[in-house]
Amino acid sequence: MTDPVIAALRQSRPRWIETIPWIVGVGGYFVFPDQLPFASQILITILFALSLDLVLGFAGIITLGQAPFYGTGAYAAGIYAIHVSQEPLSGLLVAAASAALVGAATGLIILRTHGLAQLMLTLAFATLLAEAANKASFITGGNDGLQGIAIDPIGGRFAFDMFGRTGYVYCLIVLFFGWLLLRVLLASPFGQSLVGIRENVTRMQAIGAPVAGRLLIAYTIGAALAGVAGGLLTQTTQFVGQSVMSFERSGEIVIILVFGGIGRIYGAFIGAAVYMIAQDQLAKSEPEFWNFWIGLILVLTVLFARGGILGLIDRLRGR
Amino acid sequence: MSAALETIGISKQFGALPVANDIHFRLEPGARHALIGPNGAGKTTLVNLLTGRLAPSAGRIMLNGGDITRLSQAARARRGLARTFQINNLFPALSVLENVRLAVAEHRGLFTPRRALIEEAFAILTRLGLEDVAATVVRELPYGKQRLVEIAIALAAEPSVLLLDEPAAGVPGGESGIIFDVIAQLPAGMAVLMIEHDMDLVFRFAQRITVMVRGSILVEGTPAEIAADPRVREVYLGTRAHG
Amino acid sequence: METVLDALVSILFLGLGFAMVLYIVSVGLSLTMGLMGFVNLAHGAFAMAGGYIAVTLMNAYQVPFGLALAAAFVVVGLVSAVLERTLYARLYGVGELEQVLFTIGLIFMAEAILRKAFGPLPLPMHPPAILSGQLNLGFRTVPAYRAFLIVVSFVLILALWLGIDRTNFGARLRAAVDNRRMAEAIGIDTSLLFTMTFALGSGLAALGGGLGADILAIYPGYAVEYLVYFLMVVAVGGLGSIRGPFVAALVLGIGDTACKYLVPEFGAFFVYIVMIGLLIWRPAGLFGRA
Repeated sequence: MTDPVIAALRQSRPRWIETIPWIVGVGGYFVFPDQLPFASQILITILFALSLDLVLGFAGIITLGQAPFYGTGAYAAGIYAIHVSQEPLSGLLVAAASAALVGAATGLIILRTHGLAQLMLTLAFATLLAEAANKASFITGGNDGLQGIAIDPIGGRFAFDMFGRTGYVYCLIVLFFGWLLLRVLLASPFGQSLVGIRENVTRMQAIGAPVAGRLLIAYTIGAALAGVAGGLLTQTTQFVGQSVMSFERSGEIVIILVFGGIGRIYGAFIGAAVYMIAQDQLAKSEPEFWNFWIGLILVLTVLFARGGILGLIDRLRGR
Repeated sequence: MSAALETIGISKQFGALPVANDIHFRLEPGARHALIGPNGAGKTTLVNLLTGRLAPSAGRIMLNGGDITRLSQAARARRGLARTFQINNLFPALSVLENVRLAVAEHRGLFTPRRALIEEAFAILTRLGLEDVAATVVRELPYGKQRLVEIAIALAAEPSVLLLDEPAAGVPGGESGIIFDVIAQLPAGMAVLMIEHDMDLVFRFAQRITVMVRGSILVEGTPAEIAADPRVREVYLGTRAHG
Repeated sequence: METVLDALVSILFLGLGFAMVLYIVSVGLSLTMGLMGFVNLAHGAFAMAGGYIAVTLMNAYQVPFGLALAAAFVVVGLVSAVLERTLYARLYGVGELEQVLFTIGLIFMAEAILRKAFGPLPLPMHPPAILSGQLNLGFRTVPAYRAFLIVVSFVLILALWLGIDRTNFGARLRAAVDNRRMAEAIGIDTSLLFTMTFALGSGLAALGGGLGADILAIYPGYAVEYLVYFLMVVAVGGLGSIRGPFVAALVLGIGDTACKYLVPEFGAFFVYIVMIGLLIWRPAGLFGRA
């Protein structure tokens, strides 16, 4: 084999640096035993951000409506636990499937358009679905949300405890599999073709790629992952609030991903961790002005640090 | 024997402006066919109609005997119709190998093992003399090499019909020889249609030449016939206007 | 029969007022998006600022109505021109995502600042005495301010359309929207044109914000809450079009009012469903170019 071939094959192989998030994740369990519920939130947000990275960062679909899938998963898991079964793993499956369904249905419509029209449609669907969830208060609990959701022990053995230990390990493992799925997907020819579509749609069409179908698949998988994140939220907090479907949630997850760095997978990790820790710290001092700082950092990021935190790190390393 | 590519009465109008008039065109299997004509003759329009970028106002297009008139660009590409673009239309941020690999992946199927895709892409690069720049990012390549990558991507689909849209366009004089060599080595079974302004390239390459003027086919024949045809000379040089 | 006619007139009246405000605010957005290809989600913030300026001048400083509106127009126009020169201009041609993010950041900042300065509650709007109360049309009475709003809006819109059709500036604007490179090639200073158009559009938005403070309440969440409406009007009307958003505003404005009036439970869904339908049918907008 010649050098370029070897180099190309090596490119998608995992590198040692990629174990760091997991070492931190496992370590966190022991180092921060009283912060586990909060840490679980970070893990869930990372998964949510990863789902957006697939859609926005790799498939290049600009969306202000990723929260509806998160919310659908959350509500589905909650409703499933209340009315059908309190078993958590099947609950996650239900969350993923419901979100995927909504994703595929809206994707079919959204992906026929481009540019502003597409952005508008993501916004329109997001608002529509949020309104619908609000109106259907007989299943979603409307303004009050779904409360008192009880979840069975995982595999019959690991009960969700007060300190959030089970919840944390649960989230970590689910996040791991979500990340693994994405990692494999994006290194595959399918994932590469998404990059191709993002870079040059016309050329991809000219070489025979069924662009619309590919994007729909990516969009649906992204929706499913967001749904799993929402389901995790419901199962660990035992509550589904209305904000789970809101436009603010959609905007927030875009901001988180942009801060971390789009299209880099690990941007989701860094962005979510930094954002949530910062929010936790600053919200204590001045909660109202949090939005101002977010806005300012967003503006500065776009003007000077377009690749987010990972982009800055790249520049510091001289790439 | 059916033609590799054939148009039957293809016409295209933009509003009231006709850009293609009732064109009957045949590309034989294994052909080395050139399409020439002055600027604005409608050559690129015809290529866009053939590849599916434009939908015809009337007429039909047949590929290897099958009707492809209603098919999308991607569908036609999957049936064996490949094209290059007049202006480089590559993936500038990706390496040469990655560019070609994308095309190979579409042709061989997304479930093909990565190694097979990479090796085949590399083989194509080697055939075109691009193996040295396989790892180079496309936007850092000289323009002439980028033109070759254009062709490499098209060849990855192992097409039965290849449409080359001005392959030598923008390439400095010294480098166009390499382009010609590559074209000369294309598989004999592949039908190749080339649009070109470089008459040197056209006459060295073509076994058949079609001349288009103002959206219609003026004349078609062997290079010798075309070179001797007074109408062609008039179209290019305006002999009649000069008396 | 009386009540049906009554309802119809109410709907038309309220809807028309709403539509007029929507249009006056949104037409600037259509121009900047069509001319500069810039996705300015913060456009609503200019309307919001205009509303705050006008209403505060009237309430706290007893500035006469017309003057307050004029002040809003001028101040916001000038400030937006400065913003355009210093910040927006760096992002032309950068990419839709960056523009979306940038302008979202701006809205967040604007909202936080206004909330800090004015508190979260809507500003009460008191139209001048001659324009308050009811107007007697003979067969029924209608709110006088709404009637005024509709008339003034028509005049404004007519002036805008005439201005764009008849003046040099308008001609240059239309040329640049149609084909920017060509316009530059024949010597039109597109940079200056951008700034002037941006200022005009933002000024109009401010005017719309002030005039419409009665319908679209002035509060810190204004820019985010009504963003969807402004974008809808532009997306459905067609980017760069002047007439298109007018039709879109009428359809969406009157339609939204009608549905909320007739079907209070689900009326809010109307606009979204219509917009989704329209965008699927005509992705470039009713009057836009693909």
